[in-house]
Amino acid sequence: MRLVVDLNKCQGYAQCAFLAPDVFAMHGEESLIYNPRADEEQRERLARAVAACPVQAITADGLDGMGGSTASAPEASDAR
Amino acid sequence: MPADHVEWIRREGRIVIVGASLAGLRAAETLRAEGFTGELTLIGDEPYEPYDRPPLSKAALLGMASPRHTELPHRREIDAKWRLGVPASGLDLSAKRVRLADGDEVEYDRLLIATGVRARPWPKEAEARLDGVFLLRTRDDATRLLQKLKAGPRRVFIIGAGFAGCEVASACREMGLQVTMAERAGAPLVGALGGVIGAVAADLQTENGVDLRTRVTVTALEGDTSGRVRAVHLSDESVVEADVVVVSLGSLRNTEWLTGSGLGAGPRGIACDAGCRAFDFRGIVTDDVFVAGDVARSPHALFGYQFLSLEHWGNAVAQAETAAHNMICRGADRRPHLWTPAFWSSQFRVNIKSVGVPPMGDQIMITQGSLAERRFVGVYGYQGRVIAAVSFDNNRWLEFYRRQIERGAPFPVEFPTMDRRPEGRQPVPADFPDPSLPTHGPTVTLSGYSPADQQLVFTPARH
Ligand SMILES: Cc1cc2nc3c(=O)[nH]c(=O)nc-3n(C[C@H](O)[C@H](O)[C@H](O)COP(=O)(O)OP(=O)(O)OC[C@H]3O[C@@H](n4cnc5c(N)ncnc54)[C@H](O)[C@@H]3O)c2cc1C
Ligand code: SF4
Repeated sequence: MRLVVDLNKCQGYAQCAFLAPDVFAMHGEESLIYNPRADEEQRERLARAVAACPVQAITADGLDGMGGSTASAPEASDAR
Repeated sequence: MPADHVEWIRREGRIVIVGASLAGLRAAETLRAEGFTGELTLIGDEPYEPYDRPPLSKAALLGMASPRHTELPHRREIDAKWRLGVPASGLDLSAKRVRLADGDEVEYDRLLIATGVRARPWPKEAEARLDGVFLLRTRDDATRLLQKLKAGPRRVFIIGAGFAGCEVASACREMGLQVTMAERAGAPLVGALGGVIGAVAADLQTENGVDLRTRVTVTALEGDTSGRVRAVHLSDESVVEADVVVVSLGSLRNTEWLTGSGLGAGPRGIACDAGCRAFDFRGIVTDDVFVAGDVARSPHALFGYQFLSLEHWGNAVAQAETAAHNMICRGADRRPHLWTPAFWSSQFRVNIKSVGVPPMGDQIMITQGSLAERRFVGVYGYQGRVIAAVSFDNNRWLEFYRRQIERGAPFPVEFPTMDRRPEGRQPVPADFPDPSLPTHGPTVTLSGYSPADQQLVFTPARH
């Protein structure tokens, strides 16, 4: 599953790092780093993080109907 | 423009997007979201689907992400024809055709140009080809650099202390590598944030063990007999031994492919109106060619109608959305792209964020926190108003200052703020270097004239 965080919006509340610590981590006091390609086993945690981000800064695809996801396109579906 | 023509374009027109990266993808999604059902083609010279670049100098070098997997999530199905791995090589404006390097041609009813910028290479070609000399713009660049860094070089030399250079220095230090960084100006980040903040950035580098050399230029890269880089020569006659050199000298706009097309495109980007419509070389606006992202230069009402070129992630997204909207709607429904510039960076675990146009500011005030603690907000003023703000580990305030900038709030900032120290009571010169000196981005270029300057002698055309 792919994801991207709009770090202009992100306020560093660390909610995502709390809910999906294998995908998101705080680096220092308020900068967020994350893995833009989350493993399949992270699906549910990622979906919770997307839904729980207080500023809706996380966009993820491949979450199929999970709360807060913005697209349902399967991986690379419309590439070539 | 007649409404039925627009209706026709929305239903069965052909839209071509050149540049399949952040701006290109977000534009494609917006077109579909707003009801475009015609044929959509995305042309990109890189062989990859659109991917995200900011992680390449951060998470990827810190081992949190693979540089091969930063592909952008899609916000929706875009049902597009992808032409990846082939550059557009020319544009025929009157025939409405894009030429591709493989000889193909693609016709359009509306065109969006989002070809971005590329890293400025080391100017001496033979030296630039030495093994161990790297640029950092693409996924391939990042993959190669990371591989080399993982092999444990003895010293990494970074040429240019802009945001990208500073981020690489920071990641290399976290990997435990020895780093030297050279900058022509007096401090890192001065082109983007001025000398007051640059001094803080300099302390950050040196305290974290970077051997920072300022007010010097690199004069030569020296290779060994097998073509590997081994040393860097500086203008102060010092020589630094290094086996990795990262060239971080800012960027060049990808506009060469438009040479001779008649579009107003050149080394400073492609000029467009506030609605993202490109100008031709006569300064006349086109109606079917649009521009978005790093390659665009567009006028902004909030900043005196200066033409802004922004190498900012958020700008690429917002401008792509506006351009896409305007491509398929009637004149009266078009929107101007008046996004307030904003970007972030992260170095040595410090979160740096900015809003507005700092290089336009002539003064700065520290309104929260203190420079010495490296936790502060600095507000930039220009002719009596707030024009920009920067925060180091204090990002929760930025939204407030964004609104101040948008309202044209007065400067110096008069209201009391919590956590304001004596040093922040008076504005001081923001200390930007001479704008004719090269700077490194992701940053802002102002390329309009101030109405107060008489820089041109105008000779009207005669008939
Ligand atoms: C290492 C790095 C770190 C960054 N960090 C930050 C950050 O922290 N914060 C921030 O705000 N911004 C950051 N940026 C800037 C941000 O990535 C850019 O603003 C953004 O990528 C711009 O998107 P774009 O689509 O306009 O251009 P680009 O991403 O440059 O995409 C343009 C695409 O067009 C292709 N192209 C060029 N010419 C042709 C042609 N003739 N035919 C076909 N295709 C062509 C290019 O190869 C490229 O794929 C960073 C950039 C880099 C490189
Ligand atoms: S939850 Fe949202 S705001 Fe908080 S750190 Fe994560 S992305 Fe940023």
